[in-house]
Amino acid sequence: MIWNAFAIAVREIGRNLTRAFLTVLGIFIGVASIITMVTLGEGATLAVKAQISSLGSNLLTLRPGAGFGQRGSSAGVPSFTERDAETLGEQIASIAAIAPVRTASLSTIYLGNARASTITGTTPIYFQINKWSLAEGRLFTDLDVRSGSAVCVIGNTVRVELFGTENPIGASIRIGRASCEVIGLLATKGQAGMGDQDDTIIMPLSSLQRRLIGKTSSHDINQISISAVEGTNSLELIAEITQIMRQRRNLQSNQDNDFNIFDTRQIAETLGSTTQLMTMLLAAVAGVSLLVGGIGIMNIMLVSVTERTHEIGIRLAIGATASEVLLQFLVEAVTLSCIGGIVGILIALGLCYGLAQVIKVPFNFNTQINVIAFAFSAIVGVLFGYTPARRAAKLNPIDALRHE
Amino acid sequence: MPAAIQTELTPEKLAGGVQDSPLIELNGLTKTYGLGDAAFQALKGIDLTIRKGEFVVIMGPSGSGKSTLMNVLGCLDTPTSGHYLYEGIAVETLDADQRSLLRRYALGFIFQGFNLLARTSALENVELPLLYRGMSRKERHEKATAALTAVGLPTKLDSTPGELSGGQQQRVAIARAIVTEPSTLFADEPTGNLDSVTTRDIIEILTRLNVDRGITVLMVTHDENVAACAKRRVVIKDGLVESDSTSP
Repeated sequence: MIWNAFAIAVREIGRNLTRAFLTVLGIFIGVASIITMVTLGEGATLAVKAQISSLGSNLLTLRPGAGFGQRGSSAGVPSFTERDAETLGEQIASIAAIAPVRTASLSTIYLGNARASTITGTTPIYFQINKWSLAEGRLFTDLDVRSGSAVCVIGNTVRVELFGTENPIGASIRIGRASCEVIGLLATKGQAGMGDQDDTIIMPLSSLQRRLIGKTSSHDINQISISAVEGTNSLELIAEITQIMRQRRNLQSNQDNDFNIFDTRQIAETLGSTTQLMTMLLAAVAGVSLLVGGIGIMNIMLVSVTERTHEIGIRLAIGATASEVLLQFLVEAVTLSCIGGIVGILIALGLCYGLAQVIKVPFNFNTQINVIAFAFSAIVGVLFGYTPARRAAKLNPIDALRHE
Repeated sequence: MPAAIQTELTPEKLAGGVQDSPLIELNGLTKTYGLGDAAFQALKGIDLTIRKGEFVVIMGPSGSGKSTLMNVLGCLDTPTSGHYLYEGIAVETLDADQRSLLRRYALGFIFQGFNLLARTSALENVELPLLYRGMSRKERHEKATAALTAVGLPTKLDSTPGELSGGQQQRVAIARAIVTEPSTLFADEPTGNLDSVTTRDIIEILTRLNVDRGITVLMVTHDENVAACAKRRVVIKDGLVESDSTSP
C-alpha cells in the first residue's frame, strides 16, 4: 500500500510540475534564506570577535593630553618619562606587565620603495601585552634594548609595501636618517576598529630614542602600555593609575587630568554588546523570513489541496479509501518538502561559502540551524499538505466531486 | 474493517449470483439535506428492487431526487434513513472505508461531467481503479488497453482529457468504470453533455455491456430517446417513485 501510494504520488508530482516547482520553491526560499542569514551573521560575529581578542582584552594605554584622539589637546602637555612607567609597575600590584612606548612618524625606504610609517620604540614585554606573535625571524630582546641595536620587527603591511614577495628577514631598511636591520616579521592581526594594526614597525626604545630622534627630550615617552592581571577590576586600576600619575605630574585638585587612559576592555565590551545586538537582529530577521517562507509553503499547499479536492473526489469515487488518498498526499508533501529542503540547504551553503569569501568573513557551518530550517519547512509542508487533504478525504465522494 | 464485511466483499461473491436474484433492495430510503427549518428532503421514502442484469432508466423532472438516488445507490452519498441492501449487504451500516471497498470491487460510476483526472492520459485514467486494487503494472496495462478497445478508443491511449472530445472523454470514463468488471454500472446523465450522434454511440456501448457482459445498468436521463433503450423505466417525482414500468 505504501509502495502503491508512493508510485501514485511520484506520478502526480510529475503530472503537474509547475505546482510541484512552486511548492518546492516555497520551501526552498524559507530554508535557503534562514540558513544564509544565520551562517553569514555568525561568520561576521566571529570575525568581529576574533579582531577584538587580537587587541588584547585587559590592555590599558596611557597617553598625555586630556582626551583620547584629541591630538591638539596634547600640545604643550608634558609627555611621560620612563620613570613614570617604572613607578606604576612597582606600585600597583594588579599590573601584570608595563611597557614604555615612544612613537614617531618617519619615512621608511627599502631599495626603491618608500612610505611613511609609524615607528614604535618599546621594550620586549610590549609584544606580550599587545598579543603580537612572530611569523618569521626573531623579536628583539632586553639586550637589544640595553645596547640600543639598530634592529626592528615589521608588520605584514609594511612587508608587503616595502618588500613585496622578497624575504625581509636580514634586510636593511632606512628609517629617517638611520638604517636598521629587519630581524622579525609579525603574524598578521588584520583590521580592527582602529585601522590597520599590521602597518607597524617596532624597535627597541633606546634605539629609537638615540638613533632616530634628536637629542632634545630623547628620554621622553608618549605612551605607556599596561596589561592588567587577569580578573582585575579595570575601573579600580584606572583610579589607582590616575592617582599616581596626578601626583607625579604635580596636578592640583582643581586641575583636570592632562593624560588619558584608554581601556581596550571597555572597547571590547562595547563592541561585544554591539555584536550581540547584531546577532539578535539577524536571528529576528531570520525568524521573520522563516515565517514568511512558512506562510508561502502554507499558501501553495492550501491552494493546491483546494484545487485537488475534485481529484480526491474522483479517487474516492473509483474506490480509493480515505487513508489511501491521504497516504498519497502525505508522500507527495514529504517528497516535495524534502526536495525543497535539501536543495535549499545546498544552495544556501554554496551561497554562504561564496559570499563569505567576498565579504571576508569566516564560513561557519552551523548544523543546528540547518536542521531547524529543514525540520520547520518539512513540518509546515507536511502539515499544510496533509491537513486540508484530510478534510477533503473525509467528505462524501459526491461532495468532494462538486469542487471544481 | 470487520472481517465479516471483508469476506462479504470478495470479488467472487460480488461477481457471482443468479440473474434473477435481487441485486438492490431499497426500503423506505430517505435523504435529507440541511438541518431544522432549512432542511430539504430530497428522497422521501423510496422502495425499489433491481435484479441482476437489468437495464433500468430513472427519469423525472429536475429536482425530483433522481440524481440523489443514484449517488446514494452508488455509495457516493449516504442515506438519512431507510434500508439499502446490495447483494444482501446492509449498505447503510457500512463505514466510509467499507463503502470505498464496495465501490472498488462492485460498482462503476459514469458522470455527466466525465470526472477524468486532468493532464492524465486515457490509459492512466483507466488504470487508476486497478492501481487501488494492487494489480501489477503489466496486468493493469493489459486490462486498461482492453477496456479502452472495448469502448472504441484503441488509438487514444496516450491522449489526455484535454485532447479528447466530449464523447471520447465519456468513453474513457466508461472504460474506467468497467475495467474492474463491476456488477453494477451507475450512469448519471451520461449523455447530458453530448450531441445526438455521440449519445447514440454511448448508449450502444452501455447496452452492449448490459447484454454481452451481464452488467446491471442504472441510468438517469431525461432524454426520451435515450430512455427508449431500456426495458424498465422508473419515474421519480418529489422524492418518491411515481411509476415503475417494464415494457415487454
